[in-house]
Amino acid sequence: MKARNLPILVTLALFLIMFGGGSLAFIGFFSVQNFLNLFIDNSYLLILAVGMTFVIVSGGIDLSVGSVLALSTMVSSSLLAKSHLSPVLVIPIVLAMGTALGLFMGYLIQTFNLPPFIITLAGLYLARGLCYVVSIDTIAITNEFWKGAAHATVNLIGNNFVSPSVFIAVAVVLAGLFVMRYTRFGRNVYAIGGNEQSAVLMGLPVNHTKIAIYALSGFCSALAGIVFTFYTLSGYALHGKGMELDAIATVVIGGTLLTGGVGNLLGTVLGGLVYGIIQVLIVFQGTLNSWWTRIVIGFLVFVFCLLQRIFETGKSAALARERAKQAPKAQASS
Amino acid sequence: MAGEEAWGMSESTPILEMRKINKHFPGVKALSDVDFRLFPGEVHAIMGQNGAGKSTLVKVLTGVYKQDSGEMLLEDRPIRPDSPLAAQKLGISTVYQEINLCPNLSVAENIFVGRQPLSLGRIDWGQLNRRAVEALKRLNVSVDVTQMLSSYSIAIQQMVAIVRVLDVSSRILILDEPTSSLDEAEVEQLFKVIRKLRDDGLAILFITHFLDQTYRISDRITILKNGEFVGEYRTETLPKLDLIARMLGKELSEFSFAMAGEDRKKESQKAGQDARSLLAVKDLGLRGAIAPFSLSLDEGDVLGLAGLLGSGRTEMARLIFGIDSANQGEILVKGRKTNIKAPRSAMLAGMGFCSEDRKSEGIFAELTVRENIVLALQGRKGTFRYIPKKKQLEIADELIKSLAIKTPGANNEAGQLSGGNQQKLMLARWLATNPIILILDEPTRGIDVGAKLEIMELILNLSRQGMGVIFISSEFEEVIRCSTRVAVLKDKVKIAELSGEQMSESNIMHTIAGGR
Repeated sequence: MKARNLPILVTLALFLIMFGGGSLAFIGFFSVQNFLNLFIDNSYLLILAVGMTFVIVSGGIDLSVGSVLALSTMVSSSLLAKSHLSPVLVIPIVLAMGTALGLFMGYLIQTFNLPPFIITLAGLYLARGLCYVVSIDTIAITNEFWKGAAHATVNLIGNNFVSPSVFIAVAVVLAGLFVMRYTRFGRNVYAIGGNEQSAVLMGLPVNHTKIAIYALSGFCSALAGIVFTFYTLSGYALHGKGMELDAIATVVIGGTLLTGGVGNLLGTVLGGLVYGIIQVLIVFQGTLNSWWTRIVIGFLVFVFCLLQRIFETGKSAALARERAKQAPKAQASS
Repeated sequence: MAGEEAWGMSESTPILEMRKINKHFPGVKALSDVDFRLFPGEVHAIMGQNGAGKSTLVKVLTGVYKQDSGEMLLEDRPIRPDSPLAAQKLGISTVYQEINLCPNLSVAENIFVGRQPLSLGRIDWGQLNRRAVEALKRLNVSVDVTQMLSSYSIAIQQMVAIVRVLDVSSRILILDEPTSSLDEAEVEQLFKVIRKLRDDGLAILFITHFLDQTYRISDRITILKNGEFVGEYRTETLPKLDLIARMLGKELSEFSFAMAGEDRKKESQKAGQDARSLLAVKDLGLRGAIAPFSLSLDEGDVLGLAGLLGSGRTEMARLIFGIDSANQGEILVKGRKTNIKAPRSAMLAGMGFCSEDRKSEGIFAELTVRENIVLALQGRKGTFRYIPKKKQLEIADELIKSLAIKTPGANNEAGQLSGGNQQKLMLARWLATNPIILILDEPTRGIDVGAKLEIMELILNLSRQGMGVIFISSEFEEVIRCSTRVAVLKDKVKIAELSGEQMSESNIMHTIAGGR
């Protein structure tokens, strides 16, 4: 086992404990369907978190994802319900819009060396504001394809089922895993997060990579927006409010370092599952209000940031001990 | 390493020639008509003091700066790299002091990132790791290449950096201060690698502040001084003492033994008798920064630290003042053991420290003269015990007068003062706190002659009032004039302490040349 996998194992253990604890405490908690529901109910969050993982591993942050998701729900519902465009057109348009927004923010961040925090915060306001330009009311989606995607179920083993959204989320995760591990682009993301200055001096295409990362996050936000409309069958300007923070929390609980350079999409998936199971536990418990989810998530993020720091210090302390062992030998020869 | 055979071993044809390179920055002539040659199969060291132009020359070569005039020929073809990347494409690769790799990636990946072997459009990790092992084996380094880079020592990281640039097929390898954070065993390991690469026909440009290492590894030395070319020598024909004299720009015969202030020597003998000890340092050291050293400072003492650039003068001062924390040894202030773990504790113990880097570690250019002066005093009192503005002005006015700081008024911006007056301002800041020990790192650097004399006069006056001063300067002459005793440093080790009649420029130089 490698030290860098430790945070992911902690997340896995946390999930298993929560799932096991829930199963012991509540009748009807332990079922395959209950596990699958975690994916069904959080598919859009997972998609957001995949894009966010790329951004955070590169050492950046993207605060715009929740708003871009909302804008995507607005644009797709508006195009479907008011313009009566075919889904064949609507989906590419929405995805292109999200990607373009991300590309624009990435361009500003990279070309003018502006802090991602501020630029994506501006993106957050911009996208949220544009939602109200489209409509201040909820737009219901009545398109048949959309309704089909919303209500369809795919049976897996036994009577257990998942929604089509789960397939989209899983496909995004798998594609992300491949890109991060097996493409030069993916490795460049890690290199930039590890030491951007070095990456420049090593001759890596830092500019293009960073812009592409934000474009990718924009794409994921738009896709998550479409999946979100499969879930709610509506476009609304208040959709996904604060969801950027959920996505960041998911990534951090999944073991990705906020300082960049270290992270893994499998961890992000586990982070998403932990996020989901907290909500389920609170539903089963019955008397707690849903905002307790926030409290637990906030607490977990504290704990995980602390854990990461402890791992780091532990590692450098080990290295120092290693060097100290060699010290007497070296001093004798000097 | 393609094209190895083509280089041949012929002595006469340099692979690189830089001719009459000129470069100036606003206000400074960094290089004037500097020549430099690099031969294949040789290690060439560039030597020079601070501001000699070493790093500017290397930056021109690696495309960081563009020369104002002069030409560079690589294998007789003119080149003009406009970025480090362009230089690398020409086969000029640099391994920097701070290793420019990614600590979070594996050793293998650091060697190949950006050029990973692909198969069927995906990275072939098996092949990548195998090739990394082979490449490192050529330098006799065997490590687990799948481990993260950060889990290895600086020495190994340095070799990984070398392997990376060699894999891009280098003809010239520039090593910028590669040994500064290595211990002796690691240095030897690195030198083995350098010798092997040299024997393979690579041209290596080696920059270091360590004199002994220069003699151990280099075949040829080019000396620069104040941006001018002093000479190119074969290492075995250049005695160490000559090297030092030429770096400082003085012929040995020129040294005026009489220059050393006679009265200071008398004072130093007188002071020896019954002065109270202010500071005693015992075996203080920090691995990689400075070897353990001891020193003592009595009332009225001025201890000069003399040594070449990079000899460990500043490191010594930083350790005493608690900016860096020592990993061994102890400090006694007025005979009492004092735990100095941060500048604040040093301050509370009665010390003051003027950094050599006025701009970034000293003056707050946007604040007023008054604010700059009361900063340290306010810091000592704590944020919540505010010093009334009237009181602040009184302190400031008094110090401006007594140090003769030339400023229109106490409320003018500090950034507008001249270098010499900024230096006095830093002194004033510490004097406001009534320190018993003052550490001055290069207080006379970059200021005009008149201001230098004033500062030195000030140091003498303070010591006569009983303050203990540690004085660092690159100019041995100044050190001797101000100090009652001189500690000589070389290659991060305190090698001698001179006092009385022993204090002379030539003596200091002989001590440095003589080795440990």
